Amino acid sequence: MNGPPLLKVSGIAKRFDGLVATDHVSLEQNAGEVHALIGPNGAGKSTFVNLLCGSLRPDAGTIKLDGADIGHLSTVERVHRGLSRTFQMTQLLLDYSVLENVQLAVQSQAGHSFRFFKSARYDAKAMAAAMACLVRVGLCERAKVRVADLAQGERKQLELAIALAAKPRLLLLDEPMAGLSALDSQNMVALLQSLKTETTIFIVEHDMNAVFALADRISVLVNGRILMSGTAAEVKASDDVRRAYLGEGDV
Amino acid sequence: MLFLEQLLNGVQLGVTLFLMASGLTLIFGIMGVINLAHGSLYMIGAYASALIAAATGSVALALCGGLLAAGLAGFLIEFFVIRRLYQRGHLDQVLATFALILIINQSATMLFGRQPLFVKMPDGLNGFVTLLPGLVYPIYRLGVIAVGLSVACGLFLLINETRVGMLVRAGATHREMVRALGVNINRLYAMIFALGALLAGLAGVLASPIIAVQVGMGEQVLILAFVVVVIGGVGSVRGAFFGALVAGIVDTMMRAFMPGLLRHVLSGPDADALGAGLASVGVYLLMALVLLLRPKGLFVRPA
Amino acid sequence: MRALRPALLALLIVLLLALPVLSEALRQPAAIGLATQVLIYAIAAMSLNLILGYGGMISFGHAAFFGIGGYVTGILYSHFAEHSAFLGLVPGTNDMLIVLPLAMLISGLMAAIIGAFCLRTNGVQFIMITLAFAQMLFFLFVSLKTYGGDDGLMMRRRDVLPFLDTRNDTNFYLVCLTLAGLWLAVTRGVVRSKFGLVLGGLRQNEQRMEAIGIAPYPYKLVAFIIAGMGAGLAGALMANYLRFVSPGMMNWTRSGDLMMMVILGGVGTLMGPLLGAAAFVILESWLTTLTENWQFPLGLLLLALVLFTNGGLAGLLDRLWGRTR
Ligand SMILES: Nc1ncnc2c1ncn2[C@@H]1O[C@H](COP(=O)(O)OP(=O)(O)OP(=O)(O)O)[C@@H](O)[C@H]1O
Ligand SMILES: [Mg+2]
Repeated sequence: MNGPPLLKVSGIAKRFDGLVATDHVSLEQNAGEVHALIGPNGAGKSTFVNLLCGSLRPDAGTIKLDGADIGHLSTVERVHRGLSRTFQMTQLLLDYSVLENVQLAVQSQAGHSFRFFKSARYDAKAMAAAMACLVRVGLCERAKVRVADLAQGERKQLELAIALAAKPRLLLLDEPMAGLSALDSQNMVALLQSLKTETTIFIVEHDMNAVFALADRISVLVNGRILMSGTAAEVKASDDVRRAYLGEGDV
Repeated sequence: MLFLEQLLNGVQLGVTLFLMASGLTLIFGIMGVINLAHGSLYMIGAYASALIAAATGSVALALCGGLLAAGLAGFLIEFFVIRRLYQRGHLDQVLATFALILIINQSATMLFGRQPLFVKMPDGLNGFVTLLPGLVYPIYRLGVIAVGLSVACGLFLLINETRVGMLVRAGATHREMVRALGVNINRLYAMIFALGALLAGLAGVLASPIIAVQVGMGEQVLILAFVVVVIGGVGSVRGAFFGALVAGIVDTMMRAFMPGLLRHVLSGPDADALGAGLASVGVYLLMALVLLLRPKGLFVRPA
Repeated sequence: MRALRPALLALLIVLLLALPVLSEALRQPAAIGLATQVLIYAIAAMSLNLILGYGGMISFGHAAFFGIGGYVTGILYSHFAEHSAFLGLVPGTNDMLIVLPLAMLISGLMAAIIGAFCLRTNGVQFIMITLAFAQMLFFLFVSLKTYGGDDGLMMRRRDVLPFLDTRNDTNFYLVCLTLAGLWLAVTRGVVRSKFGLVLGGLRQNEQRMEAIGIAPYPYKLVAFIIAGMGAGLAGALMANYLRFVSPGMMNWTRSGDLMMMVILGGVGTLMGPLLGAAAFVILESWLTTLTENWQFPLGLLLLALVLFTNGGLAGLLDRLWGRTR
């Protein structure tokens, strides 16, 4: 590989009161790779994503995107550097339509929004870009629906559409399959497969089938610490991982 | 000496503010409710004790009556209004409790008129003591400080040492969790609201011989108590305590000394006018400063 | 309902325009004054609704900017009357074409300063702080003895316009009507613009907005400033209507009144504040004829409205008609 890795995290740590949620995690990801983070509930996966995107400030460690330290940047600045995320618990604008949710993300990419008098609906370019994202995730028929009226699976799809609208270089997905039906999950996997060529994906996921299907590299997080990092085959073969998931003494 | 006297006055205002602000901050921190009618409870305490004192002349009765009235009013308010607001947004809470202020203030006007009541200082407490050579200070105000400080100690013990206090602390951070553990959250909330009402009532009772008891007195302290809560940090009783002392002292000192200080640089009337203006906004400027440095307040750790 | 909207709107406009003639025909001269107040409060309530209804910022200090607008008018007039200058620098004036923009400018400046502090917080702290800052200005003006202190300032005449006699109540009503219409148009433009889309998004979920790369603070601040300017305009008009300004204009209960108007009419709707202001002014003037303790029934009404309806008068009507949102 030439040049620095797209993402390089070194010794990042975060504690909540007494609880160590992230314990000096280091990890690298090259452009074009799909990296999956797995681990039992409460292992600190979401916390790690929050640290990457800047909603939480680490107590120690550095985060580099393309060799540049982004640790001091705000969430907003990181988004404009190409870091985009989805939420495990969907965070959507419930009173707005599906299209408006995506449109805002497109608008954010186009610069500031201090435009006071032209109706937002007349920006054909933004609308088209937003629509394209919806087509991508298969929500284009629901474009005019209020988000509050969406089913859980559709909300997950919308999360992804919004994240895509930010044209990310690194896409952080926090459990995109959680709450999806088997069929929707399959579709989501296929969709993520197709995204592999455009962007780099960092995915947190419990659905092992999906992880094994997608990931080039898998890291296992337990109690805030990286237990091991390797290919799907290596992870499957690891006793440590089995122990972590199934409990002590059950080997 | 004048300085020390004003300092004591500041502390006295501070403990009064603390009695108000601690209730506010607890009710907000634990129940998530912003209660504008908290000042009304203060007024109710003051009115009740003033009327009872005038009718019976008994200090003990006036104290108990004031507390009882405020506690009862608090109970009714919680039962009929606040209870319906836990699940609502802040806007509804603000409006409903604003409506309560209108209702309670207007009722007070209808019942007792617009004329302020003046409460006679209780016999035996209307003297002065010599604290230091040259520093004579009213006994009553010293008493207020003493009561305020002991209540503060009591609150700390209650919150840090008892089971109720443990629930209170847990409830503030993990409301759902406490509920899931089978604690009767409604009763806990009612108790906390009643406690806040009693504290506000006590503040009213204590203040009644020092200030004019009149409609609108509640809102004056209420807004100062808000300033205190913001300075100390929402939800923090410790913050309310120090915030209240700081605010009380700053307010009193600015009012006492600002015009005098300005008279060194400006001519008499100008200095007095500007001094009075600056003095009346002193605490708010303090609040602005705190917001600049610690937006969440002095005693809440930044996220 | 939806189909009826344009018709209702047209009817409203015709009514408002015809009001001077109507009030004369029906021998209700007081109606003009009442309607003028409604329009002025409607401007203030619309501006509050921009931040409260659309932006989700619960400001309990909006009357501060209303008062500032009023004082800009009063102070300029007093210097004009005394042929003196503000701070020895700025000469007074009674030219409405200067006074109104200046009132908006100064109110906007104050909103920028106060907003810069208040918007560092949110939630319940924001409510408390906006209230506290408004009260600070209230006390400041109470202590400003040069400008009447507690007693306020009187204006002998209304400010003048070059082409219209504003002393005539009908003319002044029409001025207010025009400005209220303009402000409505501005609000409509703003909430439908890209800025408005962002503002509404911030109300719904700030975390989401940050995650798509939109920083909340500058947008909220600009909305706060626009709202402050609207309130300033309303305050300047009210000073002209009453020919009087006092610290009471920025008392915290006045902020509560403005909030009540927004709620009465329906939060986050374009016409809501106008309806709410009308309901409030009419209710107030009716209740005061019944009893001097009119705040009592007003309080009960507000309480009932909050506890038992959701979404103000508009919401209530919707519900009565069985329409679900
Ligand atoms: N803001 C917070 N304050 C305090 N503790 C927190 C906070 N956020 C997370 N935690 C704690 O940190 C630990 C890790 O949480 P995290 O959400 O990162 O786990 P996770 O691996 O994403 O779990 P899941 O698979 O259930 O999503 C948990 O014990 C959680 O309770
Ligand atoms: Mg998680």
